[in-house]
Amino acid sequence: MNYRRTYFILTCLAFGFAFLYLPILSMVVFSFNASKLVTVWDAAHSPTLKWYYALLNNEEILDAAWISLKVAVTNASGAVILGTLAGFGLARFTQFRGRFTLNAMTTAPLVMPEVITGLSLLLLFVALEQSIGWPAGRGITTMTIAHMTFSMAYVTVVVQSRMATFDSALEEAAMDLGARPLKVFFVITLPIIFPAILSGWLLAFTLSWDDLVISSFTSGPGSSTLPLVVFSKVRLGVSPEINVLATITIGVVTLMIVGVSFWMSRAAKLEKAA
Amino acid sequence: MVALPYLWLLLFFVVPFVIVLKISFSDVDLAIPPYKPLIEWIGKNSLAIKVNFNNYAFLFTDPLYIHAFLNSIKVAFISTLLCLIIGYPMAYGIARSTASTRNVLLLLVVLPFWTSLLLRVYAWIGLLKANGVINNVLIWLGVIHEPLTMLYTPFAMYVGIVYSYLPFLILPLYANLEKMDWQLLEAAEDLGCRPWQAFYKITLPLSRNGILAGSMLVFIPAVGEFVIPALLGGPNALMIGRVLWDEFFSNRAWPVASAVAILLLILLVPFMMWYQSVQARESAGAR
Repeated sequence: MNYRRTYFILTCLAFGFAFLYLPILSMVVFSFNASKLVTVWDAAHSPTLKWYYALLNNEEILDAAWISLKVAVTNASGAVILGTLAGFGLARFTQFRGRFTLNAMTTAPLVMPEVITGLSLLLLFVALEQSIGWPAGRGITTMTIAHMTFSMAYVTVVVQSRMATFDSALEEAAMDLGARPLKVFFVITLPIIFPAILSGWLLAFTLSWDDLVISSFTSGPGSSTLPLVVFSKVRLGVSPEINVLATITIGVVTLMIVGVSFWMSRAAKLEKAA
Repeated sequence: MVALPYLWLLLFFVVPFVIVLKISFSDVDLAIPPYKPLIEWIGKNSLAIKVNFNNYAFLFTDPLYIHAFLNSIKVAFISTLLCLIIGYPMAYGIARSTASTRNVLLLLVVLPFWTSLLLRVYAWIGLLKANGVINNVLIWLGVIHEPLTMLYTPFAMYVGIVYSYLPFLILPLYANLEKMDWQLLEAAEDLGCRPWQAFYKITLPLSRNGILAGSMLVFIPAVGEFVIPALLGGPNALMIGRVLWDEFFSNRAWPVASAVAILLLILLVPFMMWYQSVQARESAGAR
């Protein structure tokens, strides 16, 4: 390859990654800053863990984190069931009535602006409450339903693309040997697409954990999630505790992603060796 | 088997749009919920349907809304271009690196996506504000003497949008470039094509679907973006997502917000269909 081109590409990569990581790095560094002025480094008293203690004693944030956790886990589990069924159906059955509609309905939420999804779901909940009395008011239930609706689209895409790469001969062989379709699904298909299901679960969890706009529309009193609390704080100005929250989030996510990708590459190697 | 997700999406994704459409034609009311019913029984046997076009008329007469729509399209378009300029060489570089480097680089692209968007946008406030990191470093280096005003300007908003959506552009583009047969480039160069010419004549046209898919993933959500203009753009950053939010939460004008949503949807549906057809072509090509 020609040298000038290599240098050009390397420079672009370096700049691009610097752009992606500079903000993240700055939050991590300033989470240890003693000064309340967040971005002015107080060299005399830093690094310090005092904002970490402050965050761990902040009832509002801890309560919000607990609500977020409950919503995210319920959402991820529900979205994985719905998304796997949809992804499996779309990949295996190329001809059924409503395939086109299902495909469109699972692609559209990926690009739909969140304000539209949020507004439309809220109006649905209000209309349902008026006509059948359910859901009574808005809160954790309505928010979880809203999250499941857009997360399942992501799970569908992940499962569908995994299904596209695996050999359907395995399923056919099992069926030839007399296994019933349901048994084939649980014994052959499910274990093979398990990595996709796991990534789908994690993706759905993260989408729910991070969501601000759709949650703002569909939450009610007493169901403020972490992003809602963070957003109201950030609107009032920067706060050192938010840097701490970001650092903890980044730490957990990095460990999780590195762990899962390590586990997956090992599983892929084992699969190749077998 | 597909019935369950099918019905779920029908109820929670399609039906809501019908309701939005309905409410966009109803009157604002000082009640809970703040709109008048469209269909009403009057007397014993007569049904009155009141379709009200005032909300739409209002949107087209007040220059604020038209301005917000046009500005959102402009911002989304420029952001998509900037993402392409930054993201294309990155996707290309990742696709051409060795297998082990490639996995690490891909992980690095995906990682920010998994950490909260809100927190990453918040980080830019700390970087861009008057006594923020960038100004402090520039003053310390002696490049500038007075802090630059960057936060709450269009510049900050562009930085935020490009930063947040860059991974969405890189990933589909990488997936496309990864399948490229690089021997075509070597062949072209052997035949006397200059590297830039070879890129322009071979790589660029072959990666068309990747460029389109990535651009749609940036452009469509960016048009309706709320968080980034609200946090970085300042009070003058007129984006349609923000207008919808304010109509709904501040003015409690649900019918007007619904009308905004319907117009935004009409604007975006052609792009969504384009995206879906590009995706279908991509997966057909992969097989």
